[in-house]
Amino acid sequence: MEHASYIISQVINGLQLGAVYALIALGYTMVYGILRLINFAHGDIFMLGAFFAYFLISRFGMPIYLVFFATMAMCALAGYLMEKLAYKPLRNAPKISLLITAVGVSLFLEYFCSLKAVFTPDYIGFPRPFEVKTYDLSLGGIDFSFTNVQILIFAVTSFTLALLYLIIYRTKQGTAMRAVSHDQETAALMGINIDHTVSLTFMVGAALAGVGGILYGIAYPQINVFMGIMPGIKSFIAAVLGGIGIIHGAVVGGLIVGVSEVIVSAFLSSTYRDGVIFVILLIVLLVKPSGLFGKRIDKV
Amino acid sequence: MRFLLESRKLILLAAGIYVVLKLLFNLGIVSEYIQQITIYVFIVVLAATGLNVIYGYTGQFSLGHAAFYGIGAYTSAYLVKTLGLDSVFALPATLLAGGIMAGLVACVIGIPILRLRDDFLGIATLGFGILVRVFFDNSDRISETLGGSRGFTGIAKLTSLETTFVVTVFLLIVTRNIISSRYGLFWRCIKDDETASASIGIDTTRMKLMAFSYGCFLAGVAGALYAHLYTFLHPSNFDFLKSIDFLIIVILGGMGNIAGTIWAGLIWVGFIEGLRIVLPSNILDLRWVFIPLLLIGLMMWRPYGLMSRKKGHG
Amino acid sequence: MKTTLCVVTALCLLFCTGGNASAKDTVKIGLITPLTGDVKTYGESVKNAFNIAVEEYGRKGKYTIQAVMADDRNDATEGANAALKLITQDRVTAIVGPVTSKVAVPVSEIATQHRVPIVTGTATNPKVTFSDGKRKSYVFRACFIDPFQGVVAANFALKDLKAKTAAVLYDVSNDYSKGLGEYFKTTFTKGKGTIVAFESYQKDDVDFSALITKVALKKPDLIFLPDYYNKVALISRQIREKGIRSTLLGGDGWDSPDLLKIGGSAITGGYFVNHYSPDRKDAVTEAFIKKYKARHGIVPDAFAALAYDAAGILLKALDAAKRPISEEILKVLAATRDYKGVTGVISFDAKGDAIKSAAILKVDKTGFTYVTTVNP
Repeated sequence: MEHASYIISQVINGLQLGAVYALIALGYTMVYGILRLINFAHGDIFMLGAFFAYFLISRFGMPIYLVFFATMAMCALAGYLMEKLAYKPLRNAPKISLLITAVGVSLFLEYFCSLKAVFTPDYIGFPRPFEVKTYDLSLGGIDFSFTNVQILIFAVTSFTLALLYLIIYRTKQGTAMRAVSHDQETAALMGINIDHTVSLTFMVGAALAGVGGILYGIAYPQINVFMGIMPGIKSFIAAVLGGIGIIHGAVVGGLIVGVSEVIVSAFLSSTYRDGVIFVILLIVLLVKPSGLFGKRIDKV
Repeated sequence: MRFLLESRKLILLAAGIYVVLKLLFNLGIVSEYIQQITIYVFIVVLAATGLNVIYGYTGQFSLGHAAFYGIGAYTSAYLVKTLGLDSVFALPATLLAGGIMAGLVACVIGIPILRLRDDFLGIATLGFGILVRVFFDNSDRISETLGGSRGFTGIAKLTSLETTFVVTVFLLIVTRNIISSRYGLFWRCIKDDETASASIGIDTTRMKLMAFSYGCFLAGVAGALYAHLYTFLHPSNFDFLKSIDFLIIVILGGMGNIAGTIWAGLIWVGFIEGLRIVLPSNILDLRWVFIPLLLIGLMMWRPYGLMSRKKGHG
Repeated sequence: MKTTLCVVTALCLLFCTGGNASAKDTVKIGLITPLTGDVKTYGESVKNAFNIAVEEYGRKGKYTIQAVMADDRNDATEGANAALKLITQDRVTAIVGPVTSKVAVPVSEIATQHRVPIVTGTATNPKVTFSDGKRKSYVFRACFIDPFQGVVAANFALKDLKAKTAAVLYDVSNDYSKGLGEYFKTTFTKGKGTIVAFESYQKDDVDFSALITKVALKKPDLIFLPDYYNKVALISRQIREKGIRSTLLGGDGWDSPDLLKIGGSAITGGYFVNHYSPDRKDAVTEAFIKKYKARHGIVPDAFAALAYDAAGILLKALDAAKRPISEEILKVLAATRDYKGVTGVISFDAKGDAIKSAAILKVDKTGFTYVTTVNP
């Protein structure tokens, strides 16, 4: 009956969410590939992206396409600073210290932004720069509908991904990034400037998270300084699901996580949506720790 | 018996501290507020010691410690409330029950999780912590007493200075003895280099699981003590931030250093409460802005913890 | 190591010599409110209102009030610590607050244990005044409780909005939301209405597409959203975007100038139950609104208004008591009848809960308009 169209609507809902997770997961996976570090504060860059966009739209009335570029630039800067100030000094320290520092950076960003003088801890309505329009479509006897917001998200995500592929596979810097994540020492021996490459990776990852932030704000128009925590964790799990360090893994992982979350919400109960993520993680870790697209390695 | 003899000095020291505290309390020199905080310090130290065993000694990065603290709390509170065990004499049993429940869950979850390395283990434990909190939030579907998101009220107040002190000191001494035994040695080996440890024949999987379960057991007992002190439990008390609290104490105290954890616990709780008294309300916000900065600074300056013997590379 | 011990001992001694029995003229009143944390904005409103109440009292009251504030961070343990500190360290005679039920429940136990009267403006969970079959005799509240609100909302839905089917979307991690949702469900079902969906979400959820799509399938006449304004605004937008035309109904958590700001056209046309209406023609209300607006630039929300009333009731009881000590104040408090507050005419019942009318407000393009009053 309407069952098929109901399922399709839910799947589309899931893909919408998944696209945003994919963007964030990319940042995690790229940084991990290069530094073997889980940047706990990555989710907070996502939050910064949403807030930057909010200010640009509401205070300066910037048109939406400019907002994307401006926010990407600002997030890239944030990523660059984060790396230079907090992670670079500890590059040779024990792994754990880096991790704890990352946790510290994350908490600092969240609480600093929650100050009254900064972003305040309030929930702020995100100014969607256009009205939501729904389109109905009928394919093969099944009708479903989707909104222009969803179209925007899919379009922007695809475009950004294409851009990313271009950078990684067709530019010198991109090759450098791949080389460094493959084998840092040899890359250095080949004359690649490790510091620059690391910085660039952070910047690109941050810019992607920023785009994710804007799309999230448009889709679910309420932002808050703590909004990056859960999406951050889920996106990380998505990256692990796809194979940490693998670009297309992050994208596929993100989509899968998004859809699973929505399906569980719809068919079981919304209370389990976070639990599902953890179950997915457990399954991945037990069955194939290197992820969907990962190569077998003896230890994760 | 031998165990008690060897720890003679410590027990004497502990007894001395107890006498001083008891005098302070009974003579009303310190307000009930301070009394409660003091007892809370012991509880926190106990839980943090658990994390110290897991992380400080065995090197397993756990960000979900508060979940086990919570499991112990809810278990003990539930038993006391439903079985109507209102007397202090029931406390050792329920404390044990809380601890064992936490330890069991840790064991079960540890089997798949503990094969992960640092960062991944961190996220996995973080995720588990979230799962547990969600479980507590929905616990009223299992039993109305558990309260769900409304919180668990009306828990019998069985914790006192005596009970907390005895339990904490006892468990600390036990822990110290385990650490200085073969097991502790294995744990430290695993922290230093897991592959090497495995290659010399240490059953790393079993040892890691043991450390994890024991550490979570301690957290569970601490949680149970907490439940019977504050008489009210709410799922939000056992979230990620609480796990971070414990982590900070372990780091501050120098990972792999029991005395350090005690001091760090004291200083940390004292600091947080002291800030409450000292800071005017409008600056109170800044507490959580400076704490992470402190953490970051600490990592850069002394990556191995404030009171640890090793100094970092900087 | 030794230095730490000395420092700690010194600090301890410092605290010991803290203030004891109040001088004849000064009475210490404590305020527990979330000045930091996720509901900071409510805590601010409450603090502002409390200050205004104390100030006004200062001009004509019998005693000098020394206000002692404590921040509970909307955390139960912090609240318990704060309460203990106020009572045993600062030796306050009475307390106003806390704001949320989560904190109020443990604090109410501590207050009752130590025999310190406490009046909360906004904690609506029944367990705050009455738990495990026992009345906590020192606890009172200036607001009506969730069961009453749920009944009011359900009856309004059935009789005035003529709704036959309803869906409820509530926050499972928020006891206010959950409780209100359940009470609504009970009454609505009793009144022969059908609850077609009773779905929960969590505090941090922003994506309601799955839930809403699910609810849309059932085509309810009405959707009940018993949560705070920020979530409600968000959900309402997503509801309208999916093309659902059901009427929206909610509780006092909707009350905030930000509801319209965030919710916009989506929330317009919705109704909610509230404690007071800013456009109620009443001298007391108008005076308070004017003063608050002059000082803080915005119209006070329900949290502020209720805190003002809670403080007001307490201070009036203080004056009427034979002596400014807890026991005497308690006697007068328990006998509070027909107190003319900003949020209505308040009397305490045997459980210390406020018997007062509820107002139903409608959200229209520019603000809230008063629809009707429901009496208990």
